[in-house]
Amino acid sequence: MALDRWIALVILAVSLSYGYTAFFMMDAGLPPFMRFNPIWPSTFPKVIAVLAAITSLAILLGFEKKPADSDADEIDFSRLWDYNIGQAVFLLVLMAGYALLLRPAGFLLSTLLFLVISAALLGERRFVILVPVAAVAAGGVWYLVQQTLGIYLSPLPTFLN
Amino acid sequence: MLDGIWVGLSTAFSFSNLLMVIGGCLIGTFIGMLPGLGPMSIIAIMIPVAISIGDPSAALILLAGVYYGAIFGGSTSSILINAPGVASTVATSFDGYPLARQGKAGKALTVAAIASFAGGSIGAILLMIFAPALASVALLFHSAEYFALMVVGLSAIAAFAGSGQVGKALLMTLVGLMMATVGEGALFNQPRFTMGILDLQSGFGFITLAMAMFALPEALFLVLDPSRSNSGGSSGDIKDLRITKAEAKKIAPVIGRQSIQGFLIGVLPGAGATIASFLGYAVERNIAPKEEQAEFGKGSVKGLAAPESANNAACTGSFVPLLTLGIPGSGTTAILLGALIALNVSPGPRLMIDQPEIFWSVIISMYVGNVILLILNLPLIPYIAKVLAVPRNYLIPFILFFTLMGAYIGQNNATELLMLVGFGVCATLLRFANYPLAPLLIGFILGSMLEDNFSRSMQLYDGIGFIMERPMTMGLLALAVILVVLPTIRARRVRKQELEAAESD
Repeated sequence: MALDRWIALVILAVSLSYGYTAFFMMDAGLPPFMRFNPIWPSTFPKVIAVLAAITSLAILLGFEKKPADSDADEIDFSRLWDYNIGQAVFLLVLMAGYALLLRPAGFLLSTLLFLVISAALLGERRFVILVPVAAVAAGGVWYLVQQTLGIYLSPLPTFLN
Repeated sequence: MLDGIWVGLSTAFSFSNLLMVIGGCLIGTFIGMLPGLGPMSIIAIMIPVAISIGDPSAALILLAGVYYGAIFGGSTSSILINAPGVASTVATSFDGYPLARQGKAGKALTVAAIASFAGGSIGAILLMIFAPALASVALLFHSAEYFALMVVGLSAIAAFAGSGQVGKALLMTLVGLMMATVGEGALFNQPRFTMGILDLQSGFGFITLAMAMFALPEALFLVLDPSRSNSGGSSGDIKDLRITKAEAKKIAPVIGRQSIQGFLIGVLPGAGATIASFLGYAVERNIAPKEEQAEFGKGSVKGLAAPESANNAACTGSFVPLLTLGIPGSGTTAILLGALIALNVSPGPRLMIDQPEIFWSVIISMYVGNVILLILNLPLIPYIAKVLAVPRNYLIPFILFFTLMGAYIGQNNATELLMLVGFGVCATLLRFANYPLAPLLIGFILGSMLEDNFSRSMQLYDGIGFIMERPMTMGLLALAVILVVLPTIRARRVRKQELEAAESD
């Protein structure tokens, strides 16, 4: 089965559970006075759930003809392992790490680390240039956002604040 | 009216007010480039500065400059790194980013600047002439019509889907609508589909989703396939900065049509620049000749000019209900209304009579803002486009960093960043399977507006009867059906002709 039909299957499952929630679970918590309303919080989700289930089923069963030409520009999923999949996964992990570190380690340190590690991962070896650039970028963005725009970004690790 | 224009001209062209416009445009452009800070947040940030000026005309002129600058700045990040920071520039990235990848970033930015300029200027002229008359038209639109208008907007996704893609585009729209229902809606104070997660109470963030759908998969593709970043001729020289005569001829009618259409959509409170830009793109794609239609989405100058002129004209149009009725039609104009009230100006039908100098100086300053923006930005374009010449090892980390910042600044919530990564992975998988991602985002943006207006009209008419009772709703819904059905019929006819041709051979 091609990837697009697997995805349709996943979306079908999601829309069925979404629809189950809308049809059978949401209305239980509805206060009695709201029941006289012509529209309930579950009305719109019910409509979408039904439509989404039908559409994903249609794709899953392959009712629609496939377009003949595939974009040469796009990446061929079946040859995924020929690409730099390791780098991509590592960058995603790094982004998740950034998200978790941002509060405890502070903006400046985590941004500096993120920029340096991800550039090094991509093959940058001139650390003499890289580290100052990352430091200036982290400091510059922090200055712009916090000092000029007045949006709070905790700059330093929690134990220093 | 001529008296008013004269007063406006003399106010807008005073030395200090010109400085205000220039300053506003510059601030707006540079901050607007950061994804995550749209016109609304920048104007909100600038309000204390504007109020401290004291003179309402000068303050409004400054804010209008910021507004235009921010819109242009937002288009820049859509075009260069496929990271639309504002809903109204999402359509800009459809054709702007492919152009940039072909090494025509300079040209794309020039087209965007000129289309924005034309859209804004034509909008300002229309505003000058028709503002009072249009105010009454805007009042004719009730929630039933808004609901129908949103349905038209969603049906326009047929414009994004190629042959054999209609089902996938529809499914993606529906997924977007589903995602829009997560969290607490405006009409029912009841959290829905949050699965007990507190961070989902307020729903998914627009910027998080926009970054995850467009910028993140693109950055990952650049990582996966190193040859991709070199294909765009990003060797440092920005070629093709100028627009050729043939291209100018091609985009001139598009700009004209979309400025007017965008302005009219912008006048309707609640519709605004986002719908104007999507509809503008869809309409231009549908009426383009066959060979040009194939170019849409792959770097068509027409496809770039249409949403750019439409969204700028719509921004100008949104001032009509604000200045004539005192009704803010969008988040940005709502903030402007707040600023006006803080400055002791009450917008409404009396504004034009009681304080004509404010009314007219705002309109004239819009025009001046547009001109200044063009003059400031055209020489800057080669430098802005140089962003793409940054070495890959630096460019990718910075794109990732800016997507993270965009999602973080708006919400100040680290969970949002984890969601960004998760959605980014999903979006990349969807792209592998040739699912179009734009409809998902459009569905998400329009979803809550669609549901609110639908619910309101259901409540007003106590049921679904409003469709029958309001002819304009009926007409718009019929238009939506035509939009969906037309491409299918057209494709079938082409197939039939091919079949007949094959049989007669």
